[in-house]
Amino acid sequence: MKKLFVLLAILSPIPAFSMHIMEGFLPAFWSMFWSLVYLPIFILGFRKIKHLLVEKPELKLLLALATAFAFVLSALKLPSVSGSCSHPTGVGLGALLFGPWVMSVIGVLVLLFQVLLLAHGGVTTLGANAFSMAFIGPVFTWLVFSLSNKLGLNKKVAVFLAVFVGNMATYICTSAQLAFAHPDVVNGVTTAFYKFVGIFGLTQIPIAIIEGLLTVVVVNLLSDHVPMRFDFLSQYKKRS
Amino acid sequence: MMSNKTSNLLLISAIILIVVLTLYYYPNAEFAGADGLAEDYITQSQPNYKPWFSNIWEPPSGEIESLLFSLQAAIGTGVVAYVIGYYKGKKKALK
Repeated sequence: MKKLFVLLAILSPIPAFSMHIMEGFLPAFWSMFWSLVYLPIFILGFRKIKHLLVEKPELKLLLALATAFAFVLSALKLPSVSGSCSHPTGVGLGALLFGPWVMSVIGVLVLLFQVLLLAHGGVTTLGANAFSMAFIGPVFTWLVFSLSNKLGLNKKVAVFLAVFVGNMATYICTSAQLAFAHPDVVNGVTTAFYKFVGIFGLTQIPIAIIEGLLTVVVVNLLSDHVPMRFDFLSQYKKRS
Repeated sequence: MMSNKTSNLLLISAIILIVVLTLYYYPNAEFAGADGLAEDYITQSQPNYKPWFSNIWEPPSGEIESLLFSLQAAIGTGVVAYVIGYYKGKKKALK
């Protein structure tokens, strides 16, 4: 009996506080699949960053800020209404400032840090996690922000909505990835998808709200203090 | 329209309120990680699935883990503060 408990203690995973797919929890096929899907996205993002820094080297500092912001936010494990914890992604700010492609590289840096030093997420799930957090999230943030601008929404509201939706899109994507890899034995992928949405969903809503609010705070600070002319910020100043 | 400063004050209060209210209304919650719950679900619904790879390195204890987490947050905040301070100073100097 004692042995059994020891065994259980070893086997039972230490609860990790994040929204990423845990190491080893995607079968080899899906692990390869998402890595291959992500590779071109990463390369494109890398070229975009290089291009951006050659064209506008003065943006280097803001890029550092966006990266640092993502690092800080992914370290903020917040309690949520479901009684469990999760953390924001922090990639929304960078997506607003530089567009979604740039974040596809920065998001991977953040994920790698968490994998190698904190045992959150994993090497075998890096492609899948990067796809949801560093690509799908930023793309949705970007789309929602553009759409809100077209609709003439207040800029603060637009930033909030964009980041909120980006965060939620990330977790919905994660749920779908998990559902494809682990379909319900009886009812298949859809049932499993709802299960995973259920697990992450309620937790993620307040966290997405907090990330949205925090991003507005930083954008406000930037728009007050950054003197340089820069598409996103000058637009923000004009219409907030 | 309210200034960015006022709006930031309100926004930060709202964030603190959300966290505090959560802790207040769920005094008995475990606040475990959502991905740990997903893991439980997978191990229960598919007992045959064996994670085929484990983390290369894990922080030896919760303390070390929180050390790394606070380092991550501290360094990040340092950079954010540096950049905003840099621009603030620059703007002042330009005037």
